[in-house]
Amino acid sequence: MKDFAELYAALDRTTRTNDKVATLIRYLKAAPPEDAAWAVHFLIGRRPKRLLPSRRLAEWAVEEAGIPDWLFGECYQAVGDFAETMALLQAPAATSSDRPLRYWVEDRLLPLRDVDDQTRRARVVSAWREMDEGQRFAWNKLITGEFRVGVSQRLVFRAVAEVAGTTPEAVAHRLMGEWQPTAEFWRQLLAEDAPNADLSRPYPFCLAYPLEGSVEALGDLGAWQVEWKYDGIRAQLIRRQWQTFIWSRGEELVTGRFPELQALGALLPEGTVIDGEILPWKQGEPLPFGQMQRRIGRKVLGPKILAEVPVVLVGFDLLEFQGEDVRSRPLAWRRAELEKLAPPASALVLSPVVEATSWEELARLRQHARARKVEGFMLKRLESVYRVGRRRGDWWKWKIEPYSVDAVLIYAQPGTGRRAGLFTDYTFGIWDNGKLVPFAKAYSGLDDEEIRQVDAFVRRNTIEKFGPVHAVKPELVFELAFEGIQASPRHHSGIAVRFPRMARWRHDKKPEDADTIDTIRALLW
Amino acid sequence: MANNRGVPLLELDPNGLYCAAGDFYIDPWGSVGRAVVTHAHSDHATPGSQAYLTARDGEAVLRARVGPEVPIQATAYGEELTMGGVRISLHPAGHVLGSAQVRIERGGEVWVVSGDYKLASDPTCAPFEPLRCHVFVTESTFGLPIFRWPDASQVISAIHAWWRANQQLRRASVLFAHPLGKAQRLLACVDPSVGPIYTHGAVERMNHLYREQGIVLAPTTHAAAGSRWDGALIVAPPSCHGTAWERRFGEFSTAFASGWMRIRGTRRRRSLDRGFVISDHADWPGLLRAVEETRADCVWVTHGYRAPLVRWLAEHGQKALAVEAHFEGERDEPVEEAGE
Ligand SMILES: [Zn+2]
Ligand SMILES: [Zn+2]
Repeated sequence: MKDFAELYAALDRTTRTNDKVATLIRYLKAAPPEDAAWAVHFLIGRRPKRLLPSRRLAEWAVEEAGIPDWLFGECYQAVGDFAETMALLQAPAATSSDRPLRYWVEDRLLPLRDVDDQTRRARVVSAWREMDEGQRFAWNKLITGEFRVGVSQRLVFRAVAEVAGTTPEAVAHRLMGEWQPTAEFWRQLLAEDAPNADLSRPYPFCLAYPLEGSVEALGDLGAWQVEWKYDGIRAQLIRRQWQTFIWSRGEELVTGRFPELQALGALLPEGTVIDGEILPWKQGEPLPFGQMQRRIGRKVLGPKILAEVPVVLVGFDLLEFQGEDVRSRPLAWRRAELEKLAPPASALVLSPVVEATSWEELARLRQHARARKVEGFMLKRLESVYRVGRRRGDWWKWKIEPYSVDAVLIYAQPGTGRRAGLFTDYTFGIWDNGKLVPFAKAYSGLDDEEIRQVDAFVRRNTIEKFGPVHAVKPELVFELAFEGIQASPRHHSGIAVRFPRMARWRHDKKPEDADTIDTIRALLW
Repeated sequence: MANNRGVPLLELDPNGLYCAAGDFYIDPWGSVGRAVVTHAHSDHATPGSQAYLTARDGEAVLRARVGPEVPIQATAYGEELTMGGVRISLHPAGHVLGSAQVRIERGGEVWVVSGDYKLASDPTCAPFEPLRCHVFVTESTFGLPIFRWPDASQVISAIHAWWRANQQLRRASVLFAHPLGKAQRLLACVDPSVGPIYTHGAVERMNHLYREQGIVLAPTTHAAAGSRWDGALIVAPPSCHGTAWERRFGEFSTAFASGWMRIRGTRRRRSLDRGFVISDHADWPGLLRAVEETRADCVWVTHGYRAPLVRWLAEHGQKALAVEAHFEGERDEPVEEAGE
């Protein structure tokens, strides 16, 4: 635990990528194989299934610290991080633990799941007493499953690749799918030609960047494949050895939730992996994404919901063909093979390719994207290989211009984590019959300096407090951008928007210049 | 409260804490006639008043803040003066050079205004003196139990280790610290044999005032006179972080020495490599101990996390109330130039 806590602290304390990678490599080389496996497991964002409710943990921390609940709440407000607050409140450490990470995870952490609360409490408290402050913090992070340390997956892949003497792409692939963090796994990971131990293992997803600058800069349209960009659940459908697996981009195995796609898998040739977007779909077009939420929430999928909200895989890429990894073939080839193997009239919908003769024509088509219930275009270079992660150059998303409205800041609340202690979470209002009604919440879009200015404004202009929420004098106007808009009886304004963010601080506008509910209703389609 | 005889010794008015019986303000935030100043930090010492009273050790630094013309009366710690109907004396607060608690007495009733203070030892200023009183006006900058300071000697060792590690990587070490107080405390503790030490002008000006009063600091050079930075320690005000001034140092690592560095988020938000937890304010146990040692009937809490400290004291049988610190409202963010 010493080395692991030190790793955590060292990663946390530098902003330099190369330093982070060097630190990781140093740790991975020195750690026992099982510790290295566990460290990588946590660093790429995997976590044990929920061990115990955070609420319990807080209760014990509060009792141990000898403070009342309300004071814990105040501390949490100031710190913005649960695990950290608990660690800061513990009595000064008398000792530190020399036991390895494996011991702390396998013998101390995971068994917490199977015991009653009283035993858990005793064990957690005794763990705290055995550790120093840095170790407690890392351990609390592991328990609460909030283990994030400002290292991207890609940096971890780079470090492991360095240790294994292979490429980050190969490591990324080996770390997909189901694996157990064991010494054996770590040795396999480092071995040159590791056998593909996991049948269900997906490929790392290739992600697109939003288009920067003008679309003409991409050159000849003939070099590009243009597809509509649907908004669903990004997933890979895997068919191997008579079995079907569906992985979501969040690296969750979601096979059981989509019986339609399991059935589709059975129609596919052996050794096939298709990349696509899962969408609720009826009569040749997507249903509103809200319908999908209805389905996802359910444990049991009855015939009614299956009939009301059927799903399809809008497939756009072929990653494995006849058992062979074909990601390094050009897109044009992969697309052609995908078209050939698609079973007719199945739950596989080939992502429609948009035909146009010029960028101008595409730009015109893009104006109608909303009516087609898509988010815009995907632009993919026909020659491109299927790359790992988010890269510039070959894949771009060319989204519809966002909607925008001018709204007034009416509530503010302190942020968490990096933004703890600053008012960074805002609620904006629009005019409805001479009153400002809450319309959307937004957290992003301002730079640090602007955040500081808004923070100072909130502190000076609070009219009323509701717990952490401060109602402020309606004075500041912001242009909000958002991606989608829907009628919603659950919201004050009767309207819900998707992905709202602050596009601009409108210093030039007064609150009375902000938009009204009527102008916004007009955006509904 | 012991005082039931009409006008309390101190009241809050738009200019700050006012003592009508002696006709003076303590740390006023506007321009007034007579200002008793606990210490020269800008959130306590505001220029523009007609006359100032401060502790002798703090006269030079206050002078730098309020200008060369205005009269400053300096008094030794513990020396009693009579002002109108009250007796007033200044006592060490342990915060920075010349920082003082203000003790006011009228007919056996004693009020003490702490200003900023810390209980931990500091080679650059006189140690905090516990005073018995009826009403204690305390700061609460770090009035939450998450704020508990490590031993300063450990922190200094950590600074040395960071400095040496940077030397190995041929990087400069840029250490941000409040230019009045914190910077000098660090310079009095670091080991100059590790490498050359440079300072920002704001720090160097204060160093000069400290040295003139016989306080021994590590030898420093104004950064304007330097040219080779790898292996050097550079002490600068936090406001320099991210500015053009900083860029001259080429490859460098940044750190901030402040109690706020106890919270990881405040460090990360500023994109600092390191945070060293060393404060010139009392931590939570320190605040509680200071309050207890006054045996006060009533505690006024100002300047920081007022509400939590007031509530804690009240729940522990100590009468307490929150007093506004500044007309701009509370701040729970580290205030760079002004805050410490
Ligand atoms: Zn202060
Ligand atoms: Zn101060």
